[in-house]
Amino acid sequence: MIGAALAAIGRPALDILGALGALAIFAGRAVSHLLRPPFFAREFAHQMLQIGWLSLPVVGLTALFTGAALALQIYDGSSRFSAETVVPTITAIGMVRELGPVLGGLMVAARVASSIAAEIGTMKVTEQIDALVTLSTDPMKYLTVPRILAATLSLPLLVAVGDVIGIMGGWMIGTGRLGFNSASYLKNTWDYLEFWDVGSGLVKGAAFGFIVALMGCYYGMTSGRGAQGVGRATKSAVVAASIGILAANYLLTEVFFAA
Amino acid sequence: MIEISGLSKSFGAKQVLRGVDLSVARGESLVVIGGSGTGKSVLLKCILGLIRPDAGKILLNGAPAEATREAFLAQFGMLFQGGALFDSLPIWQNVAFRLLRGSLKRPRAEARAVALEKLARVGLGPETADLFPAELSGGMQKRAALARAIATDPKVIFFDEPTTGLDPIMAGVINDLIRGIVTEMGASAITITHDMISVRAIADRVLLLHEGRVQWQGAISEMDVTSNAYVQQFIHGRPEGPIAALR
Ligand SMILES: Nc1ncnc2c1ncn2[C@@H]1O[C@H](COP(=O)(O)OP(=O)(O)O)[C@@H](O)[C@H]1O
Repeated sequence: MIGAALAAIGRPALDILGALGALAIFAGRAVSHLLRPPFFAREFAHQMLQIGWLSLPVVGLTALFTGAALALQIYDGSSRFSAETVVPTITAIGMVRELGPVLGGLMVAARVASSIAAEIGTMKVTEQIDALVTLSTDPMKYLTVPRILAATLSLPLLVAVGDVIGIMGGWMIGTGRLGFNSASYLKNTWDYLEFWDVGSGLVKGAAFGFIVALMGCYYGMTSGRGAQGVGRATKSAVVAASIGILAANYLLTEVFFAA
Repeated sequence: MIEISGLSKSFGAKQVLRGVDLSVARGESLVVIGGSGTGKSVLLKCILGLIRPDAGKILLNGAPAEATREAFLAQFGMLFQGGALFDSLPIWQNVAFRLLRGSLKRPRAEARAVALEKLARVGLGPETADLFPAELSGGMQKRAALARAIATDPKVIFFDEPTTGLDPIMAGVINDLIRGIVTEMGASAITITHDMISVRAIADRVLLLHEGRVQWQGAISEMDVTSNAYVQQFIHGRPEGPIAALR
């Protein structure tokens, strides 16, 4: 009775720990390959285009609407203390430190982790990964490293663009609807924004990019057989990347908060 | 060239290989036959290091596989069952894959010329070179995959069910190509198949695998005269015999 109950708790716990261990080993191998040749420059450039450039519209639109909504909310809250002048500053800080990287990261997770997992999973199921090995090409180097590198480098850039667009979203609402003077809105934003506000968001972006590509590659490479296996891998990659981003966001915020 | 002894592999409780011994000499073409699910693909994947065996020894060119695998793979080509062409690359870049990166890297124009030559060898014209795999029919994909397998004139080639899913005429074409290529390149080959026409076209020697064990092996000429019940049942496709039809 008690034994069965313990087993019911223990088995999933072991499964989760086992999966985390396998993921950690995979991550360690991927990172160790980052530094050792050969490097596949053409693949890397292709992934920068796929992951970075083609995610711009999604991240830009997310930031625009988020910045606009944020300005409205902060206006509503701050007007209770007659402190409406903080709207530009708080909107900007909220955007660059938290919502820009997190929402941008989640959107990229949905777009990129899924497509990486589906692509690599399909390659696994159709023996293309085995074929790479028979062609003396390490799948870790050829598939995983370019994707992880591209996502880790391009997400901070996406976050930076999202920051600017998000602040512009707040500015549009601030000047168009809330009666702020355009020049003083921008001046308020600029004067009170500190370097580390932006910097911490960019560091978060890099971490989130790494997580997104890692989850996509890991679940793709370990995909089960058949279309069903690939479907499951895709779903798991998006869920794991999203949870990973939110957890990492909390941890990084704690670290930055303490610093 | 390839020597295997006592090779075993289980997946969970399921024993797939139970002590397989085989050897392939230089320039020899071995065909492994057996029903579906008897572990033929697992056997090849153990040799390639894609699956780690539970027990047994694999020698490649006389040395343990783990130590020599990289050198072995450098002179190796494989035709996968589904072709396994890379969807994201045009056909010529699939064929010239090794020539475009890594230690065998050559100028792009030269790599393309080699790809076109190999495509011609398998009967595909230059107009297919810039198409993507999804734009080719099944038989053409198989041929392109064959061109990729022989692109760098390998010393060892594996063929995994080369004719499965092809119409009989295309199957005949692929069989002829394999025989011709193996002979003219002097390569050693292991072919997995359950197509008896392929066996007769390709094999120097035949090995029958059943329930993870080698049940019979011998020269192709001995195959029709042996009294081995497994072989008799297999080549005549009889439902009754030692190989249970229920799978
Ligand atoms: N990676 C794997 N994980 C679990 N089972 C496997 C794996 N690869 C093959 N098998 C099982 O091993 C058995 C033999 O497979 P295979 O070698 O593909 O047969 P075939 O003789 O048709 O080529 C099958 O029952 C298959 O389910």
